[in-house]
Amino acid sequence: MEHLATGCQPPGFFDGMNQWEEWVLNFFPRFGDSLCRSMGGASPGGFPDWAIFLILGIAGALIVVNIAALGVPYVVLLERKLLGRFHNRIGPNRVGIFGLAQPLADALKLMTKEDVTPSAADKLMHALAPLVFAIPVVLMFAPIPWADHAVMADLDIGILYIVAVTTAAEVGVFMAGWASNNKYSLFGAMRAVGMLVTYEVPLVLSIGAVALLAGTLNLSDIVRNQEYVPNLLFQPLGFLIFMIAVSAELNRAPFDLLEADSELVSGFHTEYSGMKWALIQLGEYAAIIGFSAIISTLFLSGWKGPVFLPGYIWIFLKMGFIISGFIWIRATLPRMRVDQIMAFGWKFLLPLAFINLFVTAAEVIAFPDGLPEWLIPVNIGVAFAAVIGFAKLMGFKAQTRKLTFSGDYVPPGEAVNGVRTVARGG
Amino acid sequence: MALKTEPIIVNIGPQHPSTHGVFRLRVAFDGEVVQDIEPVFGYLHRGSEKLAEERTYTQVITLTDRLDYLAAMSNNLAYCVAVEKLMGIEAPERAKYIRTMIAELQRIASHLMAQGFFLQDLGAFATPIMYMFREREKILDLFEMACGARITYSYMRVGGVNADLPPEFMPYLTTFINEMPAHIDEYEGLLRENEILITRTKNVGILPADLAINGSITGPVLRASGVAWDLRKSDPYEAYGKVKFEIPVGSVGDNYDRFLVRLEEMRQSVRIIKQCMEQMPPGPHRVDLPMLLRPRKGDAYGSIEGPKGELGFYLVSDGGVSPYRCAIRSSSYINLNLLKEMLVGWKMQDLITIFGSLDVNMGEVDR
Repeated sequence: MEHLATGCQPPGFFDGMNQWEEWVLNFFPRFGDSLCRSMGGASPGGFPDWAIFLILGIAGALIVVNIAALGVPYVVLLERKLLGRFHNRIGPNRVGIFGLAQPLADALKLMTKEDVTPSAADKLMHALAPLVFAIPVVLMFAPIPWADHAVMADLDIGILYIVAVTTAAEVGVFMAGWASNNKYSLFGAMRAVGMLVTYEVPLVLSIGAVALLAGTLNLSDIVRNQEYVPNLLFQPLGFLIFMIAVSAELNRAPFDLLEADSELVSGFHTEYSGMKWALIQLGEYAAIIGFSAIISTLFLSGWKGPVFLPGYIWIFLKMGFIISGFIWIRATLPRMRVDQIMAFGWKFLLPLAFINLFVTAAEVIAFPDGLPEWLIPVNIGVAFAAVIGFAKLMGFKAQTRKLTFSGDYVPPGEAVNGVRTVARGG
Repeated sequence: MALKTEPIIVNIGPQHPSTHGVFRLRVAFDGEVVQDIEPVFGYLHRGSEKLAEERTYTQVITLTDRLDYLAAMSNNLAYCVAVEKLMGIEAPERAKYIRTMIAELQRIASHLMAQGFFLQDLGAFATPIMYMFREREKILDLFEMACGARITYSYMRVGGVNADLPPEFMPYLTTFINEMPAHIDEYEGLLRENEILITRTKNVGILPADLAINGSITGPVLRASGVAWDLRKSDPYEAYGKVKFEIPVGSVGDNYDRFLVRLEEMRQSVRIIKQCMEQMPPGPHRVDLPMLLRPRKGDAYGSIEGPKGELGFYLVSDGGVSPYRCAIRSSSYINLNLLKEMLVGWKMQDLITIFGSLDVNMGEVDR
């Protein structure tokens, strides 16, 4: 395992990938290495350390941003393909083999489209909103570990940073909705704010439980802590809560109130077109990629997996799995109503998140040297008991309804199969 | 100090993804809650009733196609029933069975669209509707075999149908009818017991039976409210008197009942078609009539139970070759009578679903 030979220490991103012999897998370290060399790092008269740090940092940032920027079109393609299959159709297959060039065609179309700004819009805010929406989402990629040590910014408060940064994206939603000066957009924006407040809390609480288990907020350490058992098994309830809260955070079905195409036309981005719309779309789908990476990191042991595949392949596989799950849910469930979403968040998800946090804290106190494996079935049992018990407590009943059948003509005014007496009309 | 608020007026439609055509609704919202509504019709007005006065009795059939374009066969049938009443003639037995069968197929097709778009309005992203399009496509194939068209059929004629069913029709129909119950179960399995669907539809948009009767509501909407009123039972036309079927009746009259009633009506339609296939006699498909129909002076009202409710034609004849007056009792239009009563007080999202559950067709509303 040859390490960077120059003695020049670039930022963390290039550290850990060089354990793979193949040229492709060694590309980034060797790239960094040669860049380092060519700039004369660690030799007298070469570039100063800060300049190398800066240049390599920017190079790494470009790579990470491009994971988002290049990933988004293909996640969109995956969604269109999968939705096609769910819908009993084929999905895009005209451009390129299997429609693989479809994202290219889409991007080209969007770039050549007219950029319409409504005359009544707040022009500056209208133009700024897509940026405010997309930038925090890209920022969120910084502390995600893609492989061992392969992390842009190994922040000690990694997960806290992600929560803080992604919340900022909602400001963009509200800006877009308000500045468009469109009533549908405004409806979408108002719903966004309400939902943000509701679902951020269980989201953070379920992250809190994971942080308790790992004893750290650092995402790399959270992954290392899941050496043998992914957190999913210790935290089934937390995983459930996190998935639901993330669906709401991502405006995915069944929480896609903000863009609710059958009600609000397109919600907060009704008045956007061309590249501004593309930027909003980019932000949305980049958030899906980012959050699926975070879900895999927090609950599915991130880049860790059997060694026959490198770490970043593992995390990409897990992300693909989760993204497909989101698409599946979108193709399945109807949308919830705005008040029901609030009620579900506050009355159901939040107490469950508290139960989860409490149980986790108790377990961590009881077993300070790490949780034993026999707690896995216990925790799964606790998750089931908590969900079902709490639903019973809230008075939830499985509801069905039977129709009555009338074989013969019953004039209005008579009782219909004893169901209802009808007053004679007129 | 009380905060000064004012309702927000939103124009929903005529260009809105969920208004099922070009319906326009001016809604005053208090936050998300509907305070007041003002429906605006007429964007699809083509003057069918006036145009009918300029055409011969047979030519009017093509106008009826354009009323409810999702159920053109039913419109044809209603008109033909009315003209037959006016002329005092009766279609041959075989034609009656063909008409019954075709009308029931049309009911299935129309209900499929109603259910699909209702679930689409609820936000189930296109999956149910794509499933339902699949079976509707087969029905359209059948209609294409029978008359060569897929949307505007003009298949029914006064005193029968345009042409007898082609030989390939029956085998295809047999396969379809044998598959259909499983497909209906599939639609039911998709979302019927889904918790989100139930919370979104149960007790939402309740239409009490007495109100529904006062508002002249007919069709599945009325039956969902608990009134077992169905022209196929109460005034059997065509072959409905000779087949066994039941009328599904709801108990509450909410969105969920309307959803269930339409599902069940599809099953009953399958049942009717099966019996028609067994009982269908050989014989002529049409009575011999002159090229230009000249009914005697007088008037007649003929109506059928269309997929969306009672669809009736009131025809006045002055003895000429075209109707002196043709008035259409369009079920979609009359089913919108109580829109305000149903919508006020519900949230914006419910507005869309309640409107969707009424299953109106703008072609029929504006005529």
